[in-house]
Amino acid sequence: MKKFLLFLLIAVVYLLHQDFWNWRVSHPLVFGFLPIGLAYQAGYSILASIMMAILVRTAWPKHLENVEGGEPK
Amino acid sequence: MIPVIVVGIYLVIIAVIGSVAYTRGKSNTEDFFLAGRSVGGLVFFLSIFATNMTAFAILGSSGQAYRQGIGIYGLMASSSGFVIPLTIFFIGTRLWALGKKFGHQTQVSFFRDRWECDSIGTVIFVLSVVMLVPYMIISIMGGGRVLADISGGHVAYWLGCLVVALVVTMNVFFGGMRGTVWVNVFQTILFLLFGAVALAVIRHALPGGFGDYISKIADNPKTSYLVTRERMSPQFFWSYTLIPLSSIMFPHMAMMCFAARKVTVFKRTVIFYPLAIMAIWLPCVFLGVLGTQLVPGLKNPDGVLLHLLTDHAPVWLAGILGAGIISAVMGSDTHQVLAVSTMFTKDVFAHYGGKERFGESGSVVFARVFIVFVTVVAYFVALNTPESIFELAVRFAFSGFAAMAPVMVAALFWKRSTKYGALASTLWVAACLAGTWWIQRISDGMIPTPGQPPTIIFPAFGHLFERTIANATCFGFLPVVPMVFGSVVLMIFVSLLTPAPGEATIKKYFP
Repeated sequence: MKKFLLFLLIAVVYLLHQDFWNWRVSHPLVFGFLPIGLAYQAGYSILASIMMAILVRTAWPKHLENVEGGEPK
Repeated sequence: MIPVIVVGIYLVIIAVIGSVAYTRGKSNTEDFFLAGRSVGGLVFFLSIFATNMTAFAILGSSGQAYRQGIGIYGLMASSSGFVIPLTIFFIGTRLWALGKKFGHQTQVSFFRDRWECDSIGTVIFVLSVVMLVPYMIISIMGGGRVLADISGGHVAYWLGCLVVALVVTMNVFFGGMRGTVWVNVFQTILFLLFGAVALAVIRHALPGGFGDYISKIADNPKTSYLVTRERMSPQFFWSYTLIPLSSIMFPHMAMMCFAARKVTVFKRTVIFYPLAIMAIWLPCVFLGVLGTQLVPGLKNPDGVLLHLLTDHAPVWLAGILGAGIISAVMGSDTHQVLAVSTMFTKDVFAHYGGKERFGESGSVVFARVFIVFVTVVAYFVALNTPESIFELAVRFAFSGFAAMAPVMVAALFWKRSTKYGALASTLWVAACLAGTWWIQRISDGMIPTPGQPPTIIFPAFGHLFERTIANATCFGFLPVVPMVFGSVVLMIFVSLLTPAPGEATIKKYFP
């Protein structure tokens, strides 16, 4: 169930990147100067960071933390 | 001349840091190529970011925004902020673990072992080098051009290229990966601050603030496309989300993953990666759009930020910001040179008997000689070849490396994947690159004028191949789309049709 929810989270965040509703609009200007399409995508970057924080917290490959070193190839 | 002096001081600092790293080095390849797998914490984050960011993040992003508007941010920056940390999270951490466990220092070494086959590694090696070398050459070109522009023409282009090539060579030659990552810390901080400082300085110089200019752009029907995405097709926009898959497949990015001290250093990196991209790209894209009002009619829009800084920033600050741009150029270039040298040393020289004959220290000597050789060749090629050829090659390289990502995913996560599946995918990618190059070339005479729909290249095939201003497309999608999906399909079907790897190998990689 956890895997499914995390997959869903990634899929939803991915889909949110395709903001077709902002395609042809420039207003409102966020903070008085940022066109909405640009402000949305900046917010999307913050969302991507939050998504990564959730993945690190809930799906971290803990088993890799105990890997022992071998001979250099 | 003040900006040139500031940049000169910066270059000396870089060379000194590289030389200090030399005193800490040991004479074995793991230390020279991967800093003894000891890169940790903040240094890892700043270095892997510098590896990935080039001058394009500052100059190219603002130039593209000047031409096409705000859509560039969503097209390249926020999509990268989503995809790249995901690939580092899922692929980078696994690569690190396998490198640590089995001693791999390059992707090719891993592929050879994973699929029990020398030849598949050699084919991937050739394709990777063919795609990486143009990137390295264009970095030297970019550095030369930036130095020439910052100095207002006092430093000739050939001299700018020479200075960049020399500093990069010294840095990598003496310091190897250790020198490179130490320098990256300084470089990345400089260029991460670049955007915010440039934005603040230019804002300070505009009494009315930014809002008036943006409203003017939005209200004018001739310029309103700059603050929307009305001239960008949704297929084009979506296609671009596949391009950042290339990041983890670039040999220098994979090597950075191998160089991490422990897997936990990836944690902060993946969380802060999207924010770091935003810190550079958002101000640069915004200023690029603003530049259409403040410095209209530029023939080379990639210079818009330099124009804005020259007009609005004090000369000493323009010099420091110029150093920030040079940092972006050199941060990635040093990693590219190191990666090419590592691949030739480990995947060719050592693999085909050099290590047995000359030992570890002999391999390091070979690597150093190769670093000098490859940068000398790159320098002369940079001076004597049109930049447009390499710009095109680099664009194709991103698609090519993106289409190789399914091979890596299969190697790491799918037991049943085979060398034949990997070979089929690799040959598909190579064939697509050659085909795209050809279609792009023959359609150069059909480029539509701005605002016009794409031109159909072969009327008999309908909309299959079309030509936009910059790209040949396939049903309106960038070539990366069929390349990635073709690579996935071939990997799956050819693997299922061919014998699985031996049980010992499966147990080794999937215990």
